[in-house]
Amino acid sequence: MEEHVQLTPLERYVTRIGEKFGESAIENAYINELAKHVPTLVIQKEQWKEVARFLKEDESLHFEYLSNLHGIDYEDRMEMYYHFYSYKHRQNLAVKIVLPRENPSVCSVAEIWGGADWSERETYDLLGIHFAGHPNLTRIMLPDDWVGYPLRKDYVEYDEEV
Amino acid sequence: MRELVQQPLTMWNLLLIVLAAIALLLVVLVFVTYAIYFERKVIGWMQLRPGPNRVGPLGLLQTVADVSKLLLKEDTRPKQADRILFALAPVLAYAPAFTVLAVMPFTESLQFADLDIGVLYYVGLSSITVLGVITAGWASNNKYALIGGLRSAAQMISYEVALVMSIVGIVILTGSMNLREIVEAQRDVWNIVPQFLAFLIFIIAAQAELNRSPFDLPEAESELVAGYHVEYSGFRFAMFMLAEYVYMFAMGTMVTVLFLGGWLPIHPALSFIPGIVWFVVKFSLYVFLQFWLRATMPRIRSDQLMSFAWKGLLPLAFLNILLTAGFVSIFA
Amino acid sequence: MLRNQPPTESVISPAPEIRTEEMLLNVGPQHPSTHGVFRLVVKIEGETIKEAVPVMGYLHRGTEKIAENLTYTQIIPYMDRLDYLAAMTNNYVLCHAVETMMGLAIPERADYLRIIAMELNRIASHLVWWGTYLLDIGAMSPFLYAFRDRESILDLLNELCGARMTFNYMRIGGVKWDAPPGWIEKVANFVQYMKKELPNYHKLVSGNEIFIHRLAGIGQYDADTALHYSLSGVMLRCTGIKWDLRRDESYSLYDRFEFEIPTAVEGDCLARYWLRLAEIEQSLRILEQAVQQFPADGEIMGKVPRVIRPPAGETYVRIESPRGEIGVYIASQGKDKPWRLKLRRPSFMNLQILPHLLVGANMANMVAILGSIDIVLGEVDA
Repeated sequence: MEEHVQLTPLERYVTRIGEKFGESAIENAYINELAKHVPTLVIQKEQWKEVARFLKEDESLHFEYLSNLHGIDYEDRMEMYYHFYSYKHRQNLAVKIVLPRENPSVCSVAEIWGGADWSERETYDLLGIHFAGHPNLTRIMLPDDWVGYPLRKDYVEYDEEV
Repeated sequence: MRELVQQPLTMWNLLLIVLAAIALLLVVLVFVTYAIYFERKVIGWMQLRPGPNRVGPLGLLQTVADVSKLLLKEDTRPKQADRILFALAPVLAYAPAFTVLAVMPFTESLQFADLDIGVLYYVGLSSITVLGVITAGWASNNKYALIGGLRSAAQMISYEVALVMSIVGIVILTGSMNLREIVEAQRDVWNIVPQFLAFLIFIIAAQAELNRSPFDLPEAESELVAGYHVEYSGFRFAMFMLAEYVYMFAMGTMVTVLFLGGWLPIHPALSFIPGIVWFVVKFSLYVFLQFWLRATMPRIRSDQLMSFAWKGLLPLAFLNILLTAGFVSIFA
Repeated sequence: MLRNQPPTESVISPAPEIRTEEMLLNVGPQHPSTHGVFRLVVKIEGETIKEAVPVMGYLHRGTEKIAENLTYTQIIPYMDRLDYLAAMTNNYVLCHAVETMMGLAIPERADYLRIIAMELNRIASHLVWWGTYLLDIGAMSPFLYAFRDRESILDLLNELCGARMTFNYMRIGGVKWDAPPGWIEKVANFVQYMKKELPNYHKLVSGNEIFIHRLAGIGQYDADTALHYSLSGVMLRCTGIKWDLRRDESYSLYDRFEFEIPTAVEGDCLARYWLRLAEIEQSLRILEQAVQQFPADGEIMGKVPRVIRPPAGETYVRIESPRGEIGVYIASQGKDKPWRLKLRRPSFMNLQILPHLLVGANMANMVAILGSIDIVLGEVDA
């Protein structure tokens, strides 16, 4: 492996995950120039749970810190955006997952990163993305009886008076 | 005053006794009014702010206005509260606070009842107040009030033991439980010198007894909102406040009498100054100390408070008794 | 309200004939020590907390949704209202995100003004924390001392931008107002004053026996737990992780200043108390250098297009706010309004550890632990 010393972090992640889960796990990989050149991976939805655990537990990746997670409504699709940091390797990583617009669902990472718990609840609350396996997926900001998901682009106010 | 009680009970004497009691009540009320005023002023100055200065000259009528507001306010009671206990609690808290004042010798002649067991009378009656506090906590049917009331009960009972034990040394030294005789016995040297350890224990335990900073847990505002009197308003709340400050008055008197030589001057050469002035000066020093502590100290935690009482103060108080008894049996 | 956790076994098993009951205590949303409209449902047995469920959202204004209908400059005032105790860092993080996307160069003078404003605000924020935290602990006076000194900072910031708390000072590409004449000297004077004042804070509180006993060993966790729960700022540094975005992912001109990153290893409330005061010291150091290096003249706005349209794409930037890592994610479609704006609020993330810390704690510690997290409800609820 000596000739691979010059691999960029992004290439390293792609190789490592590719070795473990096969090429199909990564849908896309690129450097996001707009976000301070953060390596960005688009992971396949079905394999996200295993990849997530691998991201945290693998010694050469070791992304033990979840900085942020949220969803985005692109009208034709939903996306999840995760930002990780590895204190061990001092590396940033962004992960994206593309979800269908109808009944978007992705597996929860709350048991891998405890910090994901409330963020996932918030995303569920405001965008209606379902997190499979979340211990307590309830609304967090809005009242439990709220109708609709406000951050969706097609959201209409339930009561115009309010 | 004392002679009055020993004379046969005529209508005239009864009237005098009642009038004297009312006079004392007025004195206490004036004290409470201005203790609150000075507390706010002193703490204000310590905190770089002027304190009350709007109502009346220098804000002197601020407390009067506050009290009038409390008395005129609607008397609210939670729907689920225990009606009788809710009404009884403030009385239970206040009455003993006022009755203990009867045995306090303010000067040689100004004392209402010269009991031979003055110390015991004070200690016994003052412990009734805790019943008022628990009753208030229970009757309010409020969880914060309940926690506050129970904390208070635990605290007051624990510290009462240490408080009483710290007085025992003085009783041994004086050979009397009569408060007037205790003062007389301090002509040569005030008890604060031979009983300094007891003085410290007494001061600390007194703070806890009075529920004042740093032992103001029962009403810990930041966690229990206001503790046992959270549901009280209007004149019932005023009675709790009154009880608290009257206790401060009583405790100040006790400290002055037991440790600071009551009405005695600091040196016989200064005896031209009347005893009552000396009394007031010493008493005020103690009250000032309380305000000072309140502006300085954070609040102790309830479990630490209890272990401090039982593992710290009480053994020290016993040690003090032992030392005093040893000293007395060897030298006297 | 209380779910997910099986009822825990009582530690002290009661005598069989005495029936004991756990009590459900509702703390907040109106409670003096929840620092705003935060609600906590605690299950207590005696004074021991068995379970705590935080309930929030009482101050949720939907900032992220509102922002989707505003131009970037119009969002800035909304950022002020998130963490209203440190609005300057919030201003900065939004501008920084847009500037990163557009690759804008910021004039040096504007960058210095931003740093001075942010560090002054950081001190002000920590002072509020110091005062209110001691108020929670039951000491009354520190609050007023802290507010006196915070007032001088607010006066300075007021002079700079005309507002005391919601500054709306920074713009994409620079700052709105230049420093008025003599302002930099005033900042220098304040730094000297505060340096003398800080030891008095320690004298009044830090050595107090009661205070130390109340905080030492309370609300303790280790570095792994801190990382697991995505804690940041002082909440992370108190476990020994030396991490400060100002130095480790340097932004603005922070690489020009010498300053320490105070850390502690205990991970308890007392460590967090010391760290926040130590951070005031470091902020003063940065200010001192910034005032010295402050350029005599120059522009305060860079070359910015009249309509701000970041290129299509997405960005995520994070900076160090007084409460920890504040981040902004922007998804742009090349329009003058963001397609999606996401705010990573440090108070919200840091608060997640609270239920974990409270289980088994004494009721009286609840206030001490909650206070030591240093939350601002405007930020938790966004």
